[in-house]
Amino acid sequence: MSDEGIGLRVLERLVTTYQVPEEVLILDGGTLGLDLLYYLEGITNLLLLDAVEAQKEPGYTVRLEGEQVPTFLSIKISPHQIGITDMLFAAKLKGIYPPNVVLWGIQPERVEIGLELSETLQNKIDYLVDQVIGELNTWGHQLLPKV
Amino acid sequence: MRAVEDALGITVPNNARILRNIIEGIQYVQDHVVHFYHLHALDWVDIVSALDADPAATSTLAQSISDWPLSSANYFAGVKDKLASYVSSGQLGPFANAYWGHSAYKLPPEANLMAVAHYLEALDWQREVIRAHAILGAKNPHLQTYLVGGMSTPIDPTSQAAINADTIIQLKGLFAKAKEFVDKVYLPDVLAIAPFYLEWAGIGEGVGNYLSYGDFPDAEGTPWLPQGFILGKDLSKVYPVDHNEISEDVSHAWYEYSDESKGLHPWEGVTKPNYTGPKPPYNFLNVDDKYTWMKAPRLKDHPMEVGPLARMLVGYASGHTRIVEVVNLVLKTLGVGPEALFSTLGRTAARCIETVVTAEKLVDWVDELVASIASGDTQIHSGSEMWDPKNWPAEVKGWGYTEAPRGALGHWIHIKDQKIENYQAVVPSTWNCSPRDFKGQSGPYESALIGTPIADEKLPLEVLRTIHSFDPCMACGVHMLDVEGREINQISMDSADGFMNPLLKMKGL
Repeated sequence: MSDEGIGLRVLERLVTTYQVPEEVLILDGGTLGLDLLYYLEGITNLLLLDAVEAQKEPGYTVRLEGEQVPTFLSIKISPHQIGITDMLFAAKLKGIYPPNVVLWGIQPERVEIGLELSETLQNKIDYLVDQVIGELNTWGHQLLPKV
Repeated sequence: MRAVEDALGITVPNNARILRNIIEGIQYVQDHVVHFYHLHALDWVDIVSALDADPAATSTLAQSISDWPLSSANYFAGVKDKLASYVSSGQLGPFANAYWGHSAYKLPPEANLMAVAHYLEALDWQREVIRAHAILGAKNPHLQTYLVGGMSTPIDPTSQAAINADTIIQLKGLFAKAKEFVDKVYLPDVLAIAPFYLEWAGIGEGVGNYLSYGDFPDAEGTPWLPQGFILGKDLSKVYPVDHNEISEDVSHAWYEYSDESKGLHPWEGVTKPNYTGPKPPYNFLNVDDKYTWMKAPRLKDHPMEVGPLARMLVGYASGHTRIVEVVNLVLKTLGVGPEALFSTLGRTAARCIETVVTAEKLVDWVDELVASIASGDTQIHSGSEMWDPKNWPAEVKGWGYTEAPRGALGHWIHIKDQKIENYQAVVPSTWNCSPRDFKGQSGPYESALIGTPIADEKLPLEVLRTIHSFDPCMACGVHMLDVEGREINQISMDSADGFMNPLLKMKGL
């Protein structure tokens, strides 16, 4: 879904250019919905990366943490729309919500069917990779460039 | 796959038939429970009201409807505490992206608390039972083990990497768990919640025509869930299905046919998008013109409802012994007649009934697989000479059908000169969500919403109840998080042409 795939593209850049320490789990949430819940068990720090609706210009990035990260049961038409906020809601009720949660979001330009990112978002990949590395540093994980 | 198998004249071997039944059967059970607890129950259960529940009274209620072990006052007090701590964190305030507190919620606080507990239990349960797919070489929801001619994961009693005796033991354990939850939690919950909403047995009827392709073939090819269709709610007659009588109409859809005064059979089907609607964002769609991306599938020009209710009605009217028994048990418990099935509540009950009979049937299929392997048969695919396109006829057509959890699913293929000349899929939600056709006949969703009472048109919870009862399949791939917690899925009411027409709009897309 074109720009909706931004999180995945950032992770691809990350794992191809950096050595990711063993204790860091990188996951493509894809269409897993509520099944993502089980990856949260025993996790201290959770970093979410996704396209978000921020009502801003394409490429605008936003960082949310703690209670700013929305966790609620959204109104939806289909069980296929069960998304991240529902998953985080269930995590809270199950008592497995990680102590630290940070979300990096970016306003997409296009979300139609397609495999390619818009140029605006392509140009943001490096910036988001740097932010991910920064967050991981804060949590005590050093990522060294691959040689 | 079945379309290609049909085109190339391949019959899958016995083991592949059984494995497909098992994989599809546990899919029904898991999918229906997830639909109920993680989508549809929230239309009937007010989780905020659960905060007013007395855990001891909740325990009494739970124990009065089932001997499910997780039912102590302490257990429900624990669930209530977690809920209270979540609510006090403020996320239900400005982010309350749901209809909590709506006057259409009728359950007492204790029933709400019990349902919240079961919402959480269902999360763990569904994850465990669907491991059956992984054990059989398929990751839910994308089932890799399927191939044209059968399955790819081998059966080999002497190999650890194949389907073997350990696999069978694991499957039996998982299916016992699946059945226990369905019998002791899902069915009792539906029977406990339904009496508070019995007026919904008279709301949301739809078109009154029901289609099932039938599925889960036995060794002779006879489907366990029977094939047939019912017209005008007349359960005294089940008509045979001839796929040649299926067509898709685009007179009200944003596609182009050379002649739009009639539908096209899927083998001749054309999918040529042609958007003629207003420039988004818009507030009004004229339903006399084209107004949707859904084509209108029709059987002998009749709109058809598909899904668990259609399957259970076709089974009931065909005299399927176990379906008749469970349907009658549910009707008797609720004190209603079969006419109650033609409704929103009927759709929800039918999904539960189907889960009950399927969870039982899984045990039979595993026994069938055991007997087949014990006889020395380990074949899992056939027709491999057809994997080479050189062996294909110059031109051939096929149609494959299944009953997906959401209803009748058909694929039509036309192969010419070793290439796909045409491929058309008519999926369950297209039948149910279909727009009007050239005769002006509405599809199931539209018909079902006519006459729905709405307490608050800004919060059309009642519309969601009926739409959710069909279990729509939409937007699997697009999940957008709104950072301000606003609604992205907007359900708005439009009564300009005299009935409630839900416009499902994706804001900002």
